[in-house]
Amino acid sequence: MSHDSHAGAHAAHAEHHHPTGNQYAVIALILTVITVVEVWAYYIPALVASPMFNPALIVMSAAKFAIVVLFYMHLKFDSRLFRVIFTGSLIVAMCTIVALLFLFHKLSL
Amino acid sequence: MTAQTAAAHAQGHAHGHDAHDAHEHHHYTTTGLDNRKVAVWTFIGSECMLFASLISTYLIYKGKSVIGPFPHTEWTDPAGKVYKAILDIPVTSASTFVLLMSSFAMVLALQAVQLKGKPLAPTAGWWERLQRSSQFWLLATALLGTVFLGFQSYEFTSFVHEGLTIKTNLFGSTFFTLTGFHGAHVTVGVLWLMSLLWIDRSRGLAGKNDELLVDICALYWHFVDVVWIAIFTLIYLIK
Amino acid sequence: MATIAAPTHAGTAAASENTGIWSWISTVDHKRIGTMYLWTALFFFLVGGLEATLIRTQLMRPNMGFVSAETYNQLFTMHGTTMVFLAVMPLSAAFFNYLIPLQIGARDVAFPRLNAFSYWVYLLGGIFITVPILFQIAPDGGWFGYAPLTTTQFSAGPNIDFWVIGLQILGVSSLAAAFNFITTIINMRAPGMTLMRLPMFTWMSFVVQFLLVLAFPPITVALVFLLFDRFFGTTFYAIAAGADPLLWQHLFWVFGHPEVYILILPAFGLVSEVLPTFSKKPLFGYNVMVYSGIMIGFLGFGVWAHHMFAVGMGAIADSIFSTMTMLIAIPTGVKIFNWIATMWAGEIRFTVPMKFAIALIAMFTIGGISGVMHSSAPADLQQTDTYFVVAHFHYVLFGGSIMGIFAGIYHYYPKMTGRFMHEGLGNVHFWLNLIGMNLTFFPMHFSGLLGMPRRVYQYDAGQGWDTFNLMSTYGTYLLVVATAVFAWNFIRSRSTGAVAGNDPWGAATLEWSIPSPPPEYNFAQIPEVTSRYPLWDLKDPAKTAGIEHSHADAMTITDAHAVPVHEETERHTARELGIPMPFPTAKPLFTAVGMVVMFSGLTFLRYDMFAVAMTVTIGGAAMLIGGLYAWLTAPLE
Ligand code: HEM
Ligand SMILES: [Cu+2]
Repeated sequence: MSHDSHAGAHAAHAEHHHPTGNQYAVIALILTVITVVEVWAYYIPALVASPMFNPALIVMSAAKFAIVVLFYMHLKFDSRLFRVIFTGSLIVAMCTIVALLFLFHKLSL
Repeated sequence: MTAQTAAAHAQGHAHGHDAHDAHEHHHYTTTGLDNRKVAVWTFIGSECMLFASLISTYLIYKGKSVIGPFPHTEWTDPAGKVYKAILDIPVTSASTFVLLMSSFAMVLALQAVQLKGKPLAPTAGWWERLQRSSQFWLLATALLGTVFLGFQSYEFTSFVHEGLTIKTNLFGSTFFTLTGFHGAHVTVGVLWLMSLLWIDRSRGLAGKNDELLVDICALYWHFVDVVWIAIFTLIYLIK
Repeated sequence: MATIAAPTHAGTAAASENTGIWSWISTVDHKRIGTMYLWTALFFFLVGGLEATLIRTQLMRPNMGFVSAETYNQLFTMHGTTMVFLAVMPLSAAFFNYLIPLQIGARDVAFPRLNAFSYWVYLLGGIFITVPILFQIAPDGGWFGYAPLTTTQFSAGPNIDFWVIGLQILGVSSLAAAFNFITTIINMRAPGMTLMRLPMFTWMSFVVQFLLVLAFPPITVALVFLLFDRFFGTTFYAIAAGADPLLWQHLFWVFGHPEVYILILPAFGLVSEVLPTFSKKPLFGYNVMVYSGIMIGFLGFGVWAHHMFAVGMGAIADSIFSTMTMLIAIPTGVKIFNWIATMWAGEIRFTVPMKFAIALIAMFTIGGISGVMHSSAPADLQQTDTYFVVAHFHYVLFGGSIMGIFAGIYHYYPKMTGRFMHEGLGNVHFWLNLIGMNLTFFPMHFSGLLGMPRRVYQYDAGQGWDTFNLMSTYGTYLLVVATAVFAWNFIRSRSTGAVAGNDPWGAATLEWSIPSPPPEYNFAQIPEVTSRYPLWDLKDPAKTAGIEHSHADAMTITDAHAVPVHEETERHTARELGIPMPFPTAKPLFTAVGMVVMFSGLTFLRYDMFAVAMTVTIGGAAMLIGGLYAWLTAPLE
């Protein structure tokens, strides 16, 4: 924590590492491909029936989530402070969802 | 320690001689980060909890409605009328794709503003030139957002025609509230983008301060997009 | 400093400052906003106290008929709601506003106009939710408003409408303020003011802002569901439609438990300023205090279901939440020991603020112990919904938050007004308050363990509760006298109190280096900080010899007009000093009015007054948008 005040020092240099327009386009392509795979899987009854269906979908959507946050929102390149704020909130939010699902017996061990 | 130096400049106004600087709006800060950007990230943190609560409720009530229509299964009412599974995956996949592409347009809009003033090689092709047009990308983002909203209103009206309103059952209440909240966020985003576009058209967006204006709007926009990424999987695809 | 015009009177308010009513309406100065928060919140504290007095009068003896059952419901609901949302939280906000910029060496908060907006929304929301009690249509579902009880099926009147909408409005105020203070603490610190040099009050406030940011959304969502159920016929809490009666409880307490830390941590911060000052010793274990504050903040999100042991969550959930609750007692206990160690072997001065601070330690510890008692699920099953719980949470809220806030008021009054509060009257207030609160709440432990349920308006004689109830009521009357003494002292001392200089208590942090009351710009020259206790470094270096100092991180700025920490005794206008100040503006107020009008339009919806509702709501929304537009397009300074 005590180093947070220096976090901004990196912000100034960050812009040099931003992806270029072409890289953004590649990212958009990746996002599209993952979405296509997700929807495709939805229409294959054998896949839907498999116990791995839900976890696989969640992993794919988490990947998309992470890609947008890291690259389009520049979290990967921006100040550490923003990473701390966002990841901290996200962790609290995720834990709350999971705890609530357990409490309402939507998940069980 | 460069951040500290910056802060000192901001506070240097104490000495009378550079007081006139104030009107140029230097926003020097302790960390070197802009106040507005820090605030927007905190706001996004808060929004995580907002959507977490909404999504949790949807999932908690999933499968608990005592009457249909249902999202993924058919339902026959006591009178024998059959209601088909209500979620329309093809249409929503299209709108999901549209929203993803709007994020792509948004990131290019920000890049275009950031590249303002940087020389463009004479050999640059159409793609390089297009990347420099902030107005094009802002407009594209706003349009794609509007198309998404169009899909959503189509979806909502067709659900109502098929017999599902916000009052019908737990599914209707949670579904319309969750996606409605998201839609409201998109609407605000579209208005925000239009006002940026308007500024861009009237005086041109350029310079650090304007980059920041676009940057914070972009953060908000992408966040609304990632929320949809979660909603699409959790509500539409998982049965 | 020396380059500028002749000194004016130090110590009293600068004559040149504008003090008319308009100057308050349009102010964006964090100190004035803090002052308005303080007065408004103290007013609501009196309202909540009056409601408590009526409650206690009704319970004085068995089967009294002083108020009706329905009025009683409204009284305890509004008492709890008022104390939590309209008194203690805004009293804390008064200190956030007043102190955070001063403690970090800034000239204002990050978003001065947003700050004014937060205050106005709070004021209007407070009025909105309080006025109905004058017409006997106040909210009556308890301060945690459990649904389905609060749905139209069981609460058909307008009462709960005011509660749902009012809390929604107040939430906007708290959230806006939280974004503002987080940004302020991150970004407005003076050179050298690293995070680990922040005064402890600012640290605890920092943690609280994160709690607000993360805890308010769940209750917002729960309230939106209730609002939709009540106004639009959705089914979130409709059991017949398959709804789960525990949904509200979970969402509410996901907010509710962090909320109790929102209520207590600012008070902890205040006593952490008071104790070192009057012990003439640095705070013991600063780092541990910071980390325990952060720990409390994080763990605070993982214990909410201890409010729900009685609903039958099952053994596993009960055990987990029990354990988590016991765990969170550890960082809290750490704080208590640190305060005691701070006083240990110090040169203690028993001033009024110091007495209140010590009282907090003692009273909060009692409340903490009964808290650990009901962290054990089997024990809680006996205690929940009895007066034992009422005793517990008043020891932490009254004995903790309120004592800490009084410590803060007596401590900072000289800074805010330039004058001391009367020491003798302060002592009277202190002792009456301490005795009164123990006489009120200690007996509730017994009436509770003897089985007296909370939220009952009458009880039969002969159950062993009579004497305890009588004691509680007499204690309350003592508190009324105590509060009257305080109010008199608070109001009178502004003109009759002994004049205080910059640093009347010999304290260590930046706010004491500038005149009292501070000039509008706070610091004529931004100070360069090299340790946690800058003023002690200056005046009494021996005291801080053992503390880490570093000039390195403040050095780079010396060429850029910041100056080493020093006392500023002269008072000039910002114009004379060439310091740019934000323009006064009433746009935040206008915007706040628009928002509250917009929300209040909803209340008409349930009476087939669709057109009225729409007109009011759209009118309010138009004001809100117009106000926002004017605000965002007008330059700040
Ligand atoms: C002036 C001294 C006070 C007295 C005499 C007092 C008295 C009471 C009593 C008797 C009740 C229980 C009513 C019932 O269950 O029927 C109650 C409830 C409550 N009090 Fe206080 N109180 C005082 C101060 C405070 C303060 C300072 C706070 C908060 C910071 C507070 C927060 C609450 C809350 C949250 C409830 C629960 C309301 C509910 O059941 O919905 N009280 N108070
Ligand atoms: Cu709790």
